[in-house]
Amino acid sequence: MSARFRPGDRVRVRKAYPLGHIRTPFYIRGQSGVVERHCGAFGNPEELAQMRSGEPKQPLYRVRFLQTDVWPGYRGNPGDALEVEIFQHWLEPGSG
Amino acid sequence: MKETGSYQPYSYFQLMEVSLRELLVEKGIVTEAQVAATVEDMRNRTPERGARVVAHAWTDPEFKARLLADGTRACEELGLDVPALRLVVMENTPAVHNMIVCTLCSCYPRMLLGIPPDWYKSRNYRSRAVREPRAVLAEFGLHLSIETEIRVHDSTADMRYLVLPMRPAGTEGWSEERLAAIVTRDCMIGVAVPRK
Repeated sequence: MSARFRPGDRVRVRKAYPLGHIRTPFYIRGQSGVVERHCGAFGNPEELAQMRSGEPKQPLYRVRFLQTDVWPGYRGNPGDALEVEIFQHWLEPGSG
Repeated sequence: MKETGSYQPYSYFQLMEVSLRELLVEKGIVTEAQVAATVEDMRNRTPERGARVVAHAWTDPEFKARLLADGTRACEELGLDVPALRLVVMENTPAVHNMIVCTLCSCYPRMLLGIPPDWYKSRNYRSRAVREPRAVLAEFGLHLSIETEIRVHDSTADMRYLVLPMRPAGTEGWSEERLAAIVTRDCMIGVAVPRK
């Protein structure tokens, strides 16, 4: 599977709640951020957890989110950020 | 000899571990010796390994550049085997402070820091580090200026993280061994900074 996003791209995390072994934390679903780096391609953990091959491997990204976007009322430096590893099938192009 | 220990029956998980281990040995999948060697290997991995990497980066700018570009490969240069995982090293600067958490479980750079402390695995740290990092750091005694940006890294997948702390002023001319001695485990998780 080829990498769809590049560093600097704005992305949005899918707001979905499927069952199973999901490595996308609840708190970040539906949030928008910017791709910090492409980490490579790795076995899909949702498949691996079902004792399947994990193929095709999924591109994995580190995405940077601003704390003030994620948590209403966050107090700190406006640049305070969260960086989370997210698999490509959990990301969609963001706007802006 | 006088017995002074307190004895309790196995907990659910201890019993599960013993049962599973005995079954694996009985079926010839692993030997007792292999299990013992693996446990020994885990015990031998301590934060001194990570401290060695940090001290080397402080004294060799070219190594530091390689470490930040590819943590896994740079550790291999020092003879540190970082199996099957991608190490990402995050550098603290006067402008940015980094801290590490795994909100989903307890992913941790065991190959460089050994077994994680209990607090790292606690629900308290895992839930609050991403939401109110400044309050959490203050509880560790680290009061960061509002001018400093905090970056919290949630290890949710295949990367593992190590914080490269800032070298304290007044340590010019120190040997790598002496520098490594002030690099604690907590400095490399990002909940403390090295003190001279």
